[in-house]
Amino acid sequence: MAGKTLYDKLWDAHVVRCDDDGTCLLYIDRHLVHEVTSPQAFEGLRLAGRQPWRKDTVLATPDHNVPTDDRSKGIADPIARIQVETLDANVREFGLTYFPMGDVRQGIVHVVGPEEGGTLPGMTVVCGDSHTSTHGAFGALAHGIGTSEVEHVLATQCLVQKKSRNMLVSVDGHVGPGVTAKDIVLAIIGEIGTAGGTGYAIEFGGEAIRALSMEGRMTVCNMAIEAGARAGMVAVDETTIEYLYGKPYAPKGDLWDKAVAAWFGLHSDFDAEFDRIVRLDAGKIKPQVTWGTSPEMVVAVDGKVPDPEQEKDAVKATGMRAALKYMGLEANTPITAIPVDVVFIGSCTNARIEDFRAAAAVIKGRKKAANVKQVLVVPGSGLVKQQAEQEGLDRIFRDAGFEWREPGCSMCLAMNADRLQPGERCASTSNRNFEGRQGQGGRTHLVSPAMAAAAAIAGHFVDVREF
Amino acid sequence: MMEKLTKVTGIVAPMDRPNVDTDAIIPKQFLKSIKRSGFGPNLFDEWRYLDHGEPGMDNSKRPLNPDFVLNQPRYQGAKILLARDNFGCGSSREHAPWALEDYGFRVIIAPSFADIFFNNCFKNGLLPIKLDGAIVDRLFQETAATEGYQLTVDLEAQTITTPGGEVIPFEVDAFRKHCLLNGLDDIGLTLQHVDDIKSYEARRRQEAPWLFS
Repeated sequence: MAGKTLYDKLWDAHVVRCDDDGTCLLYIDRHLVHEVTSPQAFEGLRLAGRQPWRKDTVLATPDHNVPTDDRSKGIADPIARIQVETLDANVREFGLTYFPMGDVRQGIVHVVGPEEGGTLPGMTVVCGDSHTSTHGAFGALAHGIGTSEVEHVLATQCLVQKKSRNMLVSVDGHVGPGVTAKDIVLAIIGEIGTAGGTGYAIEFGGEAIRALSMEGRMTVCNMAIEAGARAGMVAVDETTIEYLYGKPYAPKGDLWDKAVAAWFGLHSDFDAEFDRIVRLDAGKIKPQVTWGTSPEMVVAVDGKVPDPEQEKDAVKATGMRAALKYMGLEANTPITAIPVDVVFIGSCTNARIEDFRAAAAVIKGRKKAANVKQVLVVPGSGLVKQQAEQEGLDRIFRDAGFEWREPGCSMCLAMNADRLQPGERCASTSNRNFEGRQGQGGRTHLVSPAMAAAAAIAGHFVDVREF
Repeated sequence: MMEKLTKVTGIVAPMDRPNVDTDAIIPKQFLKSIKRSGFGPNLFDEWRYLDHGEPGMDNSKRPLNPDFVLNQPRYQGAKILLARDNFGCGSSREHAPWALEDYGFRVIIAPSFADIFFNNCFKNGLLPIKLDGAIVDRLFQETAATEGYQLTVDLEAQTITTPGGEVIPFEVDAFRKHCLLNGLDDIGLTLQHVDDIKSYEARRRQEAPWLFS
């Protein structure tokens, strides 16, 4: 009999019961909650007279709607304010752990959870947010759920699930200088497509993934959903354990030792079988830039905007033409000839301390280009902000003419006041380049933090390896 | 209680582009609502109207984009949405199925769906049907060729019947079918297994006590 994959092990450890058709109840260890996808779930509990099954598993923080500039006057948008106040009231009513606005621990839920040790290896982690796949970096089974499921997990501590298939994405060898976790995951999405992982749980492996820090692994797992997979994950190793040691919600003393012993078993067995294996040569991955309106529309920075006339698949060619029209781009334009109006460095993909160090290293002592109207630098949490300020990174950004903001999702999805104007072109470290994602009519190019920072200085995309 | 779905006969509206994401289905500014109803008028807001929509606007006074498929007279009252690959990709927002259902759709047919969206549909009385790409292609052609083109979707029998009398079978998960046919809510069903959940917890507490401290 073949061994088990990491996903098999995580799945098996959480099955409460299964029906004959494979529909199972899966137990949930950690439930992260934010203001946008939870109000209707709490309302459902209230209407049914139910209480959360295990309050100690819930961690809540507002992130999507919070302002990232002056917070002394609260939230200006009355509808957004009601939503955040509704979360305040719900966590009070149900007695849940909460990092509200004003708490230094507040931030993007996928930055806050790991930073607090709220995400541990071997856990099942859910949140009403598709980027919950981030937490798979810890050898956890983590995925986004809808609001009905948020209510279901609150009420029962379980999810109704069918098992996904196993996919291994192995990134073999080592990346060159200037190539980051973001470039790796964009290259993976370029390879398998945005639906390539549909129906699968993806394990990311290979030397290049092993060589990544926990923050880099989170960046890769974060965008598993952009490859169509609800869950992405990385096996536990020393890097995982070192990151977690001493975190506020990580186990302590004897429990820590017991946990670590168990966590080291969280990897795929050598004889595990995957339904699909994809291999990428890390040495061939270059800094990536998306050109279209789907994350799979991506090329290397030294490439050109592709030509729909060369595409044989008619449906794809139509999609490419629509994307070029929306993006205001001509086929065959060199990527480095594309100017940018706005730069956004932030989001649950790239708003951790290493991301800001990488961006600051590129721009130190330089100024943003005159044609760049705004550069927003938005830390993922209050603690990331504090750390960056202790290291003097905020000064480097401010001296370059960048804006150093308060933590939140910000211009990744533009639910708060941070948004693009119609036609504006943005180099963004976020995860989605969909039409209107960063503001109606806004044009998004996904890149790494170093590439975004370099574009801000040059005024157009540049190859950070030559910058 | 979710609305039951047994048999749907209705006009088919074609959404002829792949990778339609949930940001397009319901733009972010409408996610600020703390309710789960009333999203229909803002379904596909950026494609459907010529101006920029915000919550609280009187949508009946906004300028419609005449080129957008759902604004064409022949597709008014559509109950079945015909779509391309990877429909519903992106954000997990359940506001997307809420908006589709509130608009009047009960069935979505596509060659493939994004996983989270697919799952969310069943919780809201919407039936997503995966069909072979070649069949979907043909349905697109027939929809374009015949004004008022209707399909009948019979969930019990798991069939789609075309106006020409052709019967196309489809797959659906047995548990989800049962829930849709009866308008059942999952939570009540799961709570029938309280003992299983408690015995799992007791066992798990021994194996992994750090998850319970």
